[in-house]
Order: sequence, then structure tokens, then C-alpha cells
Amino acid sequence: MVSDIKVSIKNLYKIFGPNPASVLDQAKAGVSKADLLEQHGHVLGLKDVNIDIKARGIQVIMGLSGSGKSTLIRHINRLIEPTAGEIVIDGQDVLAMSDEELLNFRRFKASMVFQKFALLPHRTVADNAAYGLMIQGIEKKEALERSQRWVERVGLAGFENHYPAQLSGGMQQRVGLARALATDAEILLMDEAFSALDPLIRTDMQDVLLDLQSELHKTIIFITHDLDEALRIGDDIAILRDGAVIQQGSPQEIVLNPADDYVADFIQDINRARVLEVRSVMDSKKPRSGAKVESNTIIEDALQAIKDNEGKPLIVTEDGKAVGSVTIEAMIDAIARPEKDGERNPAYR
Amino acid sequence: MDFLEDFPSMGRGDLRDFKKAVDAGFRGFSREYGEALETFFEPLLFFMVWFEKLLTNTPWPVILVVIGALAWIGSRNWRLTAGSVVAFAVIGYFGMWEDTMATLAIISVATIVCIAVGIPFGILMARSDRAQSVITPVLDVMQTIPSFVYLIPVVMLLGIGKVPGLLAVCIYALPPIVRLTNLGIRLVDAEVMEAAHAFGANYKQRLWGVQVPLALPNIFAGVNQTIMMALAMVVIASMIGVKGLGVPVLRAISNQYLALGLMNGLAIVAVAIIFDRVSQQYGKRLQKHREGGHGV
Ligand SMILES: Nc1ncnc2c1ncn2[C@@H]1O[C@H](COP(=O)(O)OP(=O)(O)OP(=O)(O)O)[C@@H](O)[C@H]1O
Ligand SMILES: [Mg+2]
Repeated sequence: MVSDIKVSIKNLYKIFGPNPASVLDQAKAGVSKADLLEQHGHVLGLKDVNIDIKARGIQVIMGLSGSGKSTLIRHINRLIEPTAGEIVIDGQDVLAMSDEELLNFRRFKASMVFQKFALLPHRTVADNAAYGLMIQGIEKKEALERSQRWVERVGLAGFENHYPAQLSGGMQQRVGLARALATDAEILLMDEAFSALDPLIRTDMQDVLLDLQSELHKTIIFITHDLDEALRIGDDIAILRDGAVIQQGSPQEIVLNPADDYVADFIQDINRARVLEVRSVMDSKKPRSGAKVESNTIIEDALQAIKDNEGKPLIVTEDGKAVGSVTIEAMIDAIARPEKDGERNPAYR
Repeated sequence: MDFLEDFPSMGRGDLRDFKKAVDAGFRGFSREYGEALETFFEPLLFFMVWFEKLLTNTPWPVILVVIGALAWIGSRNWRLTAGSVVAFAVIGYFGMWEDTMATLAIISVATIVCIAVGIPFGILMARSDRAQSVITPVLDVMQTIPSFVYLIPVVMLLGIGKVPGLLAVCIYALPPIVRLTNLGIRLVDAEVMEAAHAFGANYKQRLWGVQVPLALPNIFAGVNQTIMMALAMVVIASMIGVKGLGVPVLRAISNQYLALGLMNGLAIVAVAIIFDRVSQQYGKRLQKHREGGHGV
């Protein structure tokens, strides 16, 4: 499975300040972000970040404001240079790239979608979508032809000649998405791409993205501070706090086993029945009879199925084969909010 | 006691020697390089003469039509267009046609020179903080030093005539376009610039594809300022041999001809207002796509 890792981030440190190298050792020794700022006048942006990002999946990076999400994603295409560490993409060391290689990497291999869209205000929708291709050196006519497909694919047919300022936020971000997709880059970097949108439009855009992803299978690195969004679209989630990764895993793992109070606080208000799947709560007993559910059914749907079967346990199947069973009690246990052990630190809220 | 009352200055003799040395040095320089400089500026002189002849030799109705057309293209405003044509007609009726054409010629050439020189300097300033910290004080000096002071070396070097006049105008009118080009580029939205970086744009692609187009409204404001300042120099330029509306003004000052001075002064004002309004309207149109509102 090693070959399935697309982006590998190893021991990444980023320190902002006049002389980052001088305080790197302190940061490595574990001096906290607050102390580093107070005593040494440097900001600890990222601290020993290690993430392996799988190919063709959506890796969500989550954290509160200031936790270093934007800093981290900008390391992947080297818009920010690290203080220490390694970034390897498809076996290639990004930090060792020459200027020329880096330009080509950005042109062909990784494209980006921005929180505030960052469209060119003086160009039309069509021209904006073709921007990446034109940067690649493709002639305007051909670039427009190639990007037209993506303008249509994101639902903007008919708006080609509008300027960004004439579009709503949701439509502008569709342009941003079309621009990023048009270059055919395998890696898509999305920094809070939907955060500036209204909740309804945001869900809409998540659907657009998931729909595209089911067809394109890109490696997407998606940043958000919104847990619902993270759970909805993430195949894997990494949680950042003060520049350090405090937990990574699938949505199931994070909801079931929050690593600490910070994560627990994050997940306490979510609708667990919509996130947890029966495979996370089943036991290995295999009753001979009963209704069947697929192992990736969410509890909300499984509860409905149990109700339709007079409360009898359900057989959990994977590819049609029984792998276990799930009872109504187990499911209710799982969706009940976990007991709070003692007072939680209110500082995170 | 003496020491506190009189500033301990250099002493008459030393000062005289110092000034003499500077003067001699510069005179030597101008003897050495004056001719070379004149040859260097020859194409410019040629162009100025040609352009002035073009304006003065073209029949006045044609000029009026061209002025109307330019005003219309710039502003898309028929009142401004009509106003411009009427203003020029009145100027001509009061016998100032030829001088106005000469002034237009020098203003146009000065503006072209300022754009050609100023925008690259502005770009350079925006690119490097070092360049900015070097160029900014130079611009400050250019804008604040009394124009009569730099007329002296200019005349010593190039004598009296069109080229030194143009140089004097440009020294005064150049700073705004440099400053506003620099400012405009530096004010380009950081996220848009980041997007250009993220898509792998190189310096040229970022400059011409993003920075300059987005800075255009500011650059244009700089052009407008430059034109205004060039017009403000018309009278001073005429002191060193530039033809135009400044010449009669000078004559009016020395002879106390009130009407002559007023008429020519007002003609300068009229030309300035027309240039200003038309170019501002044009600048506004450049930014139209930035405003919201649906339907193209
Ligand atoms: N250029 C910089 N110079 C100094 N400090 C910086 C710089 N960029 C980021 N930081 C600091 O690094 C930390 C992480 O910032 P970052 O922008 O990555 O956070 P974020 O998680 O993206 O937050 P948000 O949700 O607000 O976008 C913050 O403490 C921030 O102040
Ligand atoms: Mg951010």
C-alpha cells in the first residue's frame, strides 16, 4: 500500500520570525507556541507535522483559526518554504525542486482553490477558467476550448462572458473550481474553499465536489474549520492545533475515539447517527436470520431498518457476505453523547 | 561671544572657491558631453518638431473633429465632447489657436515620454523594496525642488530650446506616474497574486497578466496627474524657449497686459480641464467590470 501514498509530509516545521533557524532547536525540544512567541519573538506555524496523504482520496485538514491549516497546505506547492522537514510527492522531493521544476509542478501537477476565490477581476469567466492552461503556455483559443468543458461541468454554461463581480459567491467559486480542474492536475489543494459561502450553497458545492471526485479520483487536500463539512467529504481527517497534528484517522475513528478534549469538543455537537456507520458498532456474532445491512450504512438508516424489523438485530454484510451483527442497543449507545469526564477546558471554545 | 552670534560659516574665500569648483566642474562636463547629449535627444527633437508641425499645419476643422472624436472615445459623454469642441473653437476665435497647438504638442510628447520612462521605473520600484527606497527620495526631490533651480543645469547642458523645455517639464511631471504605478502594483490583491503563483505563473506572466492590468486604474490616475503637472509647467517651459500658450503669458507679465495674460491663462485651464475630465472618465470605464450588477 506504500505506493498509494501520494503526498508524504515528514517532520515539517515552520517558524515565522526574523531568524527561524535560531529557534528551531527550541521548537523541536517542545517549547510551546505561546512560549516561543513570548520568549523568542517567533511564531510557531507548524510543529513536527507528519501526514501521509493517500492517492485518489480526500484528505481533510481541520483546526480552529490560527492552527496552521493555510500554512500547511501552502507547503505542499511550496508557496511557503518550510523551516525544516520533508515533503515528498510521488517519490519526488518538492523541496529539492529547481525554480523551473517548481513552476512546472505548479502548472501541471497541483492546482489550488482559494477561500476568497482569487479570480482575476478583469477577465471573464471563460478566461479565468482557462487561466491555468494559458500559464502552461497553451494558446488562448485552445485553452478556451479545453476549459469550456469544465465551465459546463461546474454548471456555469451561459455565463462565459460574465465578469467575476457579476456573479454570486457560489458561482465565483465554481469558476475557481473550473480553473483548478482545467489544468488536469492530479492534486487539488483547497483552502477553506467553501467557507465563505452560505450554508445552503456550501452543501451544494460539497455535492459538486463529491460528484466530480467520484468521476475524477483526484488527490484532494481540503481545509476546513467546519466539522460537518470535514465528516461529509473527508476520507481521512487530520486535526491541527497550534501547528501540531493532534489526531488523524477516518471520520469514524475520530468520532468514536477523540484523542483529547480539544477533539472531543470539536465533535460534541455533531449528529453522530449520520456519521457513524454500522461497521463501527457491530459485533462479530452472526445471527442466522434477520434483515441485512451493508457495513457502511450510517446508523440513522440502520435504525430505520431495525424498526422495520421489529427491533431484531441486523446482519451486517460486506459485499453480500455476513461479517457480523448489530443491535439496537449498540447503536443507541454509539449515538449517545459520550460522558464528559470532568470539566472540559473552556479555552478552546 | 562672536562664535554664538555668527554661525561659524565656511569663510568667504573658501565658499567662493567651492562654488567656482562646482561651476567649473559642471561646465567641463557640459563641454565634454553636451554635444553627445544633444545627439542623444535628437530623435526626440525631431519627433517634437514633426508633431508640432502636424498639429499646426492640419486644417483647424480636422483638428476640431479629432478632438471631438478623442473626447468621445475617452468619455462616451456627449456633453463633455461638445464642451471640448466648443472650448477649442472659442480658443481659436480669440486668436490662440497656434499657441494652443504648440502647447498640445509639448504636453503630448511630455506625457508619452513620462509614460515610457515612468511605468518601467514604477514596475521596478514595486518589484524591489531596495529600488523603492532609492527612487522615492529622488522623486521627492524632483517634485519639491523649485523648477528654476533645475532649469540652470538643463540650460547649461542643452541651451535654450524644445528639448531642454521638454526635459524640464518631464522632471516635474514624471513623479506621479512612477509613484502610482508602484502603488497600484503593490495594492494588487494578495490572494489574486497568490493564485498566480499557485498556478505556476512566472514573473512576466504575473506582471503582464495580473499586476499591470489590476494596477491600471492607478496607473491611469498617474497619467492624469502627469498631464496636469505638465500643463502647470507650460509657462516655465516657455522661459527656456518652448513655444505655446506660456509665451504670451510671459509677455503679459513683463508688460502688464492683463487681458492677454488672462486669455492665455484661461486657455491653459480649459485644456487642463478637458484633459482631466476625459481621462478620468476613461479611467472609470477601465474599472467598470469590477462593479457588481448582473447582465453584461
Ligand atoms: N507570514 C506570517 N508571519 C508571521 N506569522 C504568520 C504568518 N503566516 C501565518 N502566521 C501565523 O501562523 C499561524 C497559523 O496561521 P494560518 O494562517 O496557517 O492559520 P489557519 O489555520 O489557516 O487559520 P484561519 O482559519 O484563520 O485561516 C498563526 O498563528 C498566524 O498568526
Ligand atoms: Mg487559513
